[in-house]
Amino acid sequence: MEDNHRKKQQQKGPESGVTRRHFLTGAGIGAAGLVAGAPVATGAAPTESAAIIEVGEMVPLTLRINGHPRLLLVEPRWSLAYVLREKLVMTGTKLGCDRGECGACTVLVDGVPRYSCMTLALEAEETEITTLEGLLEGEDLGDVQQAFKEHDAFQCGYCTPGQVMSVEGLLRSNPDPSLDEIRLGVSGNLCRCGAYPNIFKATRRAAELKRGKGDRS
Amino acid sequence: MTLLGSSPPRPDGAAKVGGTLRFGDDLPKEGLWYGATLRSPNPHARIRGLRWNPERAPKGAVCIIADDLPGPNGVQLLDDEWPVLAEGIVRHVGEPVAVVAAATMLAARQALGAIEVDYEPLEPTLDLSAAANQESLYTLELRSGQVEQELERAHLLVEGTYHTGYQEHIYIECQVMSAWWEADDKLVVEGSMQCPYFVHRSLIHVFGLPAERSVVKATPMGGGFGGKEDFPSVIALHAALLAKACDHPVRIAYDRHEDIIGTTKRHPSVVTHRAGVDAEGRLQAMEIEVVLDGGAYRTLSPVVLSRAVLHAAGPYRCPNVHIRGRVLRTHTPPNGAFRGFGAPQVQFAMERQMDRIGRCLGLDPLEIRLRNVLEEGDKLPTGQVMDESCSARLCLEKAARETDFQERWQHLEAKRRAPIDGESMQGVGLSLYFHGAGFTGNGERVLQSVVEAALLEDGRIEVRTAAVEMGQGCDTVLPMMAAEASGLRPEDVVLAPPDTSRVPDSGPSVASRTSMVVGSEVAHVVTEIRDRILDWWSNSQESGAAHTVEDGVVRRGNGESWPFRELARRYCETEDPLVVSRQHEPPEWQVFDEETYQGVAYPTYAFGADVVEVVVDPDTLEVRPRKVTAVCEVGRVLHERLCVGQVEGGTLQALGWGLMEEVKLEAGHYLNDRLATYIIPTIKDSPEMEVHLLERPWKGGAFGAKGVGELPMDGGAPAAVSAVENATGIEIDTIPATPERLLALTSAHRQVPSGPQDPKRGRRPGG
Ligand code: FES
Ligand code: FES
Repeated sequence: MEDNHRKKQQQKGPESGVTRRHFLTGAGIGAAGLVAGAPVATGAAPTESAAIIEVGEMVPLTLRINGHPRLLLVEPRWSLAYVLREKLVMTGTKLGCDRGECGACTVLVDGVPRYSCMTLALEAEETEITTLEGLLEGEDLGDVQQAFKEHDAFQCGYCTPGQVMSVEGLLRSNPDPSLDEIRLGVSGNLCRCGAYPNIFKATRRAAELKRGKGDRS
Repeated sequence: MTLLGSSPPRPDGAAKVGGTLRFGDDLPKEGLWYGATLRSPNPHARIRGLRWNPERAPKGAVCIIADDLPGPNGVQLLDDEWPVLAEGIVRHVGEPVAVVAAATMLAARQALGAIEVDYEPLEPTLDLSAAANQESLYTLELRSGQVEQELERAHLLVEGTYHTGYQEHIYIECQVMSAWWEADDKLVVEGSMQCPYFVHRSLIHVFGLPAERSVVKATPMGGGFGGKEDFPSVIALHAALLAKACDHPVRIAYDRHEDIIGTTKRHPSVVTHRAGVDAEGRLQAMEIEVVLDGGAYRTLSPVVLSRAVLHAAGPYRCPNVHIRGRVLRTHTPPNGAFRGFGAPQVQFAMERQMDRIGRCLGLDPLEIRLRNVLEEGDKLPTGQVMDESCSARLCLEKAARETDFQERWQHLEAKRRAPIDGESMQGVGLSLYFHGAGFTGNGERVLQSVVEAALLEDGRIEVRTAAVEMGQGCDTVLPMMAAEASGLRPEDVVLAPPDTSRVPDSGPSVASRTSMVVGSEVAHVVTEIRDRILDWWSNSQESGAAHTVEDGVVRRGNGESWPFRELARRYCETEDPLVVSRQHEPPEWQVFDEETYQGVAYPTYAFGADVVEVVVDPDTLEVRPRKVTAVCEVGRVLHERLCVGQVEGGTLQALGWGLMEEVKLEAGHYLNDRLATYIIPTIKDSPEMEVHLLERPWKGGAFGAKGVGELPMDGGAPAAVSAVENATGIEIDTIPATPERLLALTSAHRQVPSGPQDPKRGRRPGG
């Protein structure tokens, strides 16, 4: 049998070429005295310095999440998943392993599925981040969410946010995926409840819903 | 009466796909602190010294060791042998020795460094062969007929020893628990668990609290599969102890590594068979020995062994059976509940043994099973006589028919013998299995589970049970059952959250019992509330004429009609609060003798047959399951889509267990303690699944349902392995059948016999 989630994990790994040293330098040392994770009124300009940042030291950061800019103070070591869940209380994004092995934390970064537990919050600056919450259309479910609901593409629902985001990412790049393409697209998302057969159906249905909208517009 | 069997959407669906459903680690809590656990690095050692150095820990951090416990140092399950924190001795790697709490997760982890432990290593017992000559954790025996004489007399004696490995639950949501203390010394615990009242019992036991001062709330669960039956009590106690010490709410959220090394798993097993058959392959006598690896503590092992012993002879007819079961203690983490609860291990062995008997006589897997299949009127080794709901033959024949099994199997046998170079090897395998419904033996009688219903002011009926939603769909199905029985609509029924201060003890969400047992009682209490309101309404009318209720509407003979909720609302305005409760009584005839293991162990059984098709790479021996046809007879299908989902999910877990999931231990340490190394099936490993649900309603339950949660776990592994044997000719008696294991067996020339065997006695043991 294959263990494709490992391959997928590599595919989803950092692609930006940012090295640890590079981004530490680039991020600089943040304004001390601000409250962790609390939005700040002014973004202190990062100072150029190659100094090593101590644990607990904060740097300011703006993340664009679901279309809204969020100004934050973060520790450079914090993952995007941690910032989303713990600092912004956006708990739609789940953690199943916190080390790039299960896919529960999948979000879109510039439209591409990424494991948010393996993405540093700092890396995500100047990108467009989409989370499960961002797929909602007002009170209504987005197409992929709707399709998952219709086809009961989950049991416990814990892997579901990640599955939905992977499917969303897949359909954005491939509006009419074949069965094998769907397989590959969500092979980085484990579902221990084994809801896979319905995830296939839901993905097909979501593609239909999206295409339907495309046709109308 | 068309509701049951249909597939209305889950009430929690939108919250699950929209991300608004809050799991245990999603709940915000003011002033929350974080807990962390110091674990034993030794499989077996004496603790010579244990010191907490607060000056070396982050400010304010607290630490708890066994000495600090306010009461007995034992998790209360069947007994309290399992320590809350190691005391004097550690018995497995990863055993909690101390717990700490601090204001942040990072500080909590740092605080672990302020604990010093001095261990004196002791000789560990690391595997079953080493444990065999030590005292067992638990033993059982079951005997019917004259086994020794009949084995002597049999035409052919077939022996085999079959091994199954660990299985880790890998619920995607790791264990998580929060605890805090409120005014008047009231303890509140909230987290991911299958059995709020199990946790409740342990809290009372350790803290000596009166029942009402301990409140346990189950959050929705991100998967359980049995792994949140026993272990949540441990982590709940840790969180509660820490919360008391630091005077903050404390959350312990295991990371994946901790969850793998620290929590319970499926028991590894060694099952030895000796079977005597007549010339036609009919079972005359069987001697079966079941040995389970219990790990370091007893936990739930006695009941797992009990289910194992009771399923060891499979759904087959055999007049003379002797089964002995033992759980052995090793210095490895304790094993516990996992979907199937002992039945998958022994049925893997029995199914492999049936295939072996067939091969010895030149009979294909279908034929040998057809000659022995259990039917109405046949007796199990416990003496229980099968009633008309016994559907083993029905399942077997249906599965074979749907897949042209016999023909395919013969064809692939022939093809294997004349292989074409470079072509992948294909195989097809069959399994037949059964699963006793509900608790074993007198379990339900001892449990005395209670369900309650109360009329709400808005006219809806609140159903109070401790059943917890973990994806199996009880939040969907229980209101459907209530509605079906009462003529109300599912939306007229609301489920109270599983919180021990609000619901009675309706028993744990385990053993596939929720629909069968809890559902039946829910149907009763809701119907009783309906009747009380209708009586009241009739009495307040001039004519006390009879009413019918359908789809939530009450109608009188004269054509008048009212929404039930309207009447119920009016009732609330003038009458006293209406609450009814009911205790579950198992059928009177369900009598089981725990001493002799004779009697009715389960009121009814669900049956299933699987056909698995595989492709095996001739170079790498990688096995790829291509298609599974699962035929499951579940009594009554309550919600078709959920039921199919249970079969698909359970079957995939069974394939994972049989083909790829392997826990590797070295000197008591887990070597593969992460998801990249402990591999579970991804969507790419998921074969096409065709599920056929059959119904032979059981007359004892409200709607005839027999439970479906665990049944599919029993059949996938033996059928898949049988298919690998069909494809490769490698005789497999150990799972998981990984490529490495297949290669080792090939090198050891473990090939299936090429034709019928001489009926000589004492065929070589298989293991
Ligand atoms: S939590 Fe990120 S991949 Fe598992
Ligand atoms: S729905 Fe439970 S893990 Fe996927």
